[in-house]
Amino acid sequence: MDFSFLDQLWVARFPLLKGLGVSISISLSSIVVGTVLGVFVGLALTYGVRPLKWLVRGYTDFIRGTPVLVLVLASYYVLGTVGINLGPFQAGVLALAIFCSSHVGELVRGALQSIPKGQTEAAKAIGLTFPQTFAYVLGPQALRQALPAWVNTAAEMVKASTLLSIIGVAELLLRTQEVISRTFMSLEFYFFAGFLYFVINYGIERFGRYVERKTAVPS
Amino acid sequence: MSNLLEIRDLHKRYGTVEVLKGVDCTMRQGEVISIIGSSGSGKTTMLRCINMLEEFQGGTITLDGAEIGYETVGGVRRRKPEREIARQRALTGMAFQQFNLFPHMSAAANVMLGLIKVKKMGRDEARALAEKWLDRVGLLSRIDHYPGQLSGGQQQRVAIARAIAMNPRLMLFDEVTSALDPELVNEVLQVIKGLAEDGMSMLIVTHEMRFAYEVSSRVIFMNQGRIGEEGDPREMFVKPKTERLAEFLKSSTFN
Repeated sequence: MDFSFLDQLWVARFPLLKGLGVSISISLSSIVVGTVLGVFVGLALTYGVRPLKWLVRGYTDFIRGTPVLVLVLASYYVLGTVGINLGPFQAGVLALAIFCSSHVGELVRGALQSIPKGQTEAAKAIGLTFPQTFAYVLGPQALRQALPAWVNTAAEMVKASTLLSIIGVAELLLRTQEVISRTFMSLEFYFFAGFLYFVINYGIERFGRYVERKTAVPS
Repeated sequence: MSNLLEIRDLHKRYGTVEVLKGVDCTMRQGEVISIIGSSGSGKTTMLRCINMLEEFQGGTITLDGAEIGYETVGGVRRRKPEREIARQRALTGMAFQQFNLFPHMSAAANVMLGLIKVKKMGRDEARALAEKWLDRVGLLSRIDHYPGQLSGGQQQRVAIARAIAMNPRLMLFDEVTSALDPELVNEVLQVIKGLAEDGMSMLIVTHEMRFAYEVSSRVIFMNQGRIGEEGDPREMFVKPKTERLAEFLKSSTFN
């Protein structure tokens, strides 16, 4: 019997890979759902009528002021008490998506508000309707503006996915802990898990840079 | 012949501050009218009411016989639907002090956007028109450049091409040379002069007195939200009838 790390890694390859897969699908789902929601949040914060704006402002302030771990726990344990029974995966993704949406909402609002008023006026002056102005003038500029911060948020979501181990989602961290409890190689396996998270986030960051370069406006 | 533009008793307030206190103005097709006056006199506001970039609380503006922006139904004055306002805005073209080119689009794309989305032209037709008008303002060689790659004067000329390519009934110029370095002013003024020679109807808010004198068929002097004086520039600039215009002209530079 061999107790070297690489052998143990080989033995544990399937659980770890599964965990990695779960981590990625948690991150992806919460980023996608959170971004879609967040765009609506941002639009409501920027263009919404007063009562809607206040409501959404309250939502984002509340969510952003709450620890993600609390959101995860609340989503799993509290929703059950009011009759909404979600599995740990769904409850966790819901919590992360809501967290993500409040951050993306702020990003979108900031990006839209940073565009000079003259842009809207020039679009109006050539006869564009508001939806057209948004689609061709404001949206593309806001996207470029928001992209770097959005990449940051996406990386944050990957890191936050580890919190789902608390409610028993068998993602990478929980799988790693299981392997460690069997092998006692805590240093090696925690380091390995950390390395995997780093690789994912580094990939996201490189991808963001690439898109930034591709969409940069010549000047 | 009917008038191109009729402004009747135009009133505009920002909160409790009244900036336009009853402006009347009539313009025939092909006229070039310069609007002069000190800052805060309401000249830019008046221009912006014509394409509904500003709402106004009283009076009417009529372009080609159609009331701009508002309609009165059953004695109640109300804003027209946004779609209709957008359609009416396309009847006028506007050039701004800050150019307001779309920074993420090339010069050609800036000109083509309205043609494709508002006039529903095909890409090829729109591109051909963009080439024609960018050539006209002397920038055919910069057609695929982005605003960030152009000088202020070049940006303003692209902005004028963008407005004029829409074939507007009336062009509105809002202090188009105020943000330019002195050596870039002339290239923009030359473009506007060329349009005047084509017979384009134009309302020009400007601080360039020499230019107003040379290009306008009529000059309007705005003073504290009202028209202080109007007439032929050759008479007004030489022999102002009102004290206020005489003072204003004395403080202005002619170069």
